[in-house]
Amino acid sequence: MIKIVKRDQPSRAIFFFTPVLAIFLTLVAGGLIFFILGFKPFEALKFFFIVPIADKYGFSELLLKATPLCLIAIGLSFCFKSNNWNIGAEGQLTFGAIVSGGVALLFYEQEGFYILPIVILAGAIGGMLYASIPAILKTYFNTNEILVSLMLVYVSKLILDYLVVGPWSNPEGFNFPETRQFSDSAKLPLLFEGLRIHAGIFLALAAVVISWFVFYKTYLGFQMKVSGFSLKTAKYAGYKGKKMIILVFLISGACAGLAGVGEITGPIGQLHREISPDYGFTAIIVAFLGRLHPVGIIFASLVVAITYLGAETAQIFMQIPKYTGQVFQGMILFFLLASDYLLFFKIKFIGSKK
Amino acid sequence: MHKFFIRSFVSSLVLLFTFTVAAIAKDVKAAFVYIGPTGDHGWTYQHDVGRKAVEAAGFKTTYVEGVPESADAERVLRQLANSGHDVIFTTSFGYMNPTNKVAKEFPNVKFEHATGYKREHPNVSTYAARFYEGRTILGTIAGTMTKSNVIGYVASFPIPEVIRGINSFTLAAQKVNPNIKTKIVWAFTWYDPGKEAEAAKALIDQGADVIAQHTDSTAIVQIAEKAGVYAFGQASDMDKFAPKAVLTSVENNWGPYYVDRVKAVANGTWSQKDTWHGIGDGMVVISDLDSQMPADLRSKVKKLQADLASGKVHSFTGPIYDQKGNLMVAEGKTADDGMLAGMMTYVKGVEGDIPK
Repeated sequence: MIKIVKRDQPSRAIFFFTPVLAIFLTLVAGGLIFFILGFKPFEALKFFFIVPIADKYGFSELLLKATPLCLIAIGLSFCFKSNNWNIGAEGQLTFGAIVSGGVALLFYEQEGFYILPIVILAGAIGGMLYASIPAILKTYFNTNEILVSLMLVYVSKLILDYLVVGPWSNPEGFNFPETRQFSDSAKLPLLFEGLRIHAGIFLALAAVVISWFVFYKTYLGFQMKVSGFSLKTAKYAGYKGKKMIILVFLISGACAGLAGVGEITGPIGQLHREISPDYGFTAIIVAFLGRLHPVGIIFASLVVAITYLGAETAQIFMQIPKYTGQVFQGMILFFLLASDYLLFFKIKFIGSKK
Repeated sequence: MHKFFIRSFVSSLVLLFTFTVAAIAKDVKAAFVYIGPTGDHGWTYQHDVGRKAVEAAGFKTTYVEGVPESADAERVLRQLANSGHDVIFTTSFGYMNPTNKVAKEFPNVKFEHATGYKREHPNVSTYAARFYEGRTILGTIAGTMTKSNVIGYVASFPIPEVIRGINSFTLAAQKVNPNIKTKIVWAFTWYDPGKEAEAAKALIDQGADVIAQHTDSTAIVQIAEKAGVYAFGQASDMDKFAPKAVLTSVENNWGPYYVDRVKAVANGTWSQKDTWHGIGDGMVVISDLDSQMPADLRSKVKKLQADLASGKVHSFTGPIYDQKGNLMVAEGKTADDGMLAGMMTYVKGVEGDIPK
């Protein structure tokens, strides 16, 4: 007989085990889906998860893809840890990219070492400004940050549309919706000849280290943790909740803005309508899969990044529909949430009494 | 003896040559990069119909669908170039810069970019279709069939391609009915059934009884069917989605071009070109004309189609005036390709301003 018993305390071992379980279950379910679709499951999984990163170039593409996901997820973990549901990282990424792209265009055909730092800073500020809207509305007007931050995503995309179609469009570009290409001084330097991996990865790594320090070594980190467990306790303890809410949103916005900078000044090199394949939303999966832990997020961003690459490889070599990549991302989140049940409940196998 | 050797040598050379050519021809692999899903029944669907024609001609093909125009496009292109594909068709404008970037790294792979204007390397060609010729036909039908004299037009982005379509449509409609007005709604999307449906509803509310579209989904013809107004299919024959509303469709027929270009790669005769084909070359195809159209209109359209194909009629024949009444094309003249490629002003009879 199977009995489900509530745990006295959430199990810490299972806390870090469930993401692994979720990935395993995703692989099993994915193999099953491939089988039902008429593909050889192991071969399909090989093309999905191994072939894309089997060489140096593939691995560099994995890092390139994981960089924005990691950066945004680190930022989001500040919000999520403290019970602030910032769903609008995609908007903060877009707005950061708009501000930094605007600055980069100001320096069109100019060279100088000082240009890139200004462009990067502008992106972080843009992301912060945009994240401050839901933060201020939440703290002073009690609005729901989920709705506000999500709706602002669409606003930011419309602003970007307007700019690249209208005032910022390339004057030599026959009115197509794109800006000029940025000058080399406004672009992040490439790390290796022939690979697309760029200096933006250091921004992500720096974010990982700083966030680890803040979470576990500072008073702010402690406040965030307490607020995350119980807002009432935080109030009793006399924490200035408003300040903290605004601060975590600003950090989160800065990270998303920097991710936007990395895309446009890295592999894209200009502004156009599609600068991000929804990194801001996918990073939510990354943050939870990584258990809001800086090191966990690094691994989670690599796992999720490979679902993007794998979907392309699987279509090129096996004609598997590319949208299975999104199915995989969805399954990871689904299995993670489902297996979180084990955090609070345990399954007991009891021998039948005679 | 001597002669025998020479003969056998020559004949074996010939044999070898024939085998090699045959082997090369079979070995050429073509890849296609799509912006949307192959089942969109619009832009991507038609490119995939073209790809199937290449398969039917005996070549191997690969495709990748739903490739965003973000940093991902470059990786997909490089992977295709790296995995033994000899010619790669990139079928959306946003792939222009990645196409040229990757083409530089793979000088032995041929790249064919649809609807762009950059050919920075000798292994990059561009191709597009003269869809405005199809729109001349639609304009003629719309101008004849409208009763309210208000024609709706759902547009995507204010680029020359779309402005040209609006103009050629309006000019043709005015020719058969000088009182018509073309009302535009900009959807700012190529494919978004929700937005397109909203735009169509707005136009019907403003009194439009014929709706034309320069977006790719079937939403607009379905809205028209419900509202009891006429519409035209875009990219593929959309008659089955709205049998009463759809009078005809302008189909994008890429197959012949694709087969031609892949064969050229196989024969080693491929060279850089900028292709802009219309009804005459079969890249733009008019679907069956609906029986709701009067017989004389149908025969008129058939004749117009033949005249556009032969070059006897040009969609932009003067006198053409812009909205302010300035002469754009003088009487008896036709607009040249340069003017068409950069067309960014409305002709007289179009309502509203081009979004800036």
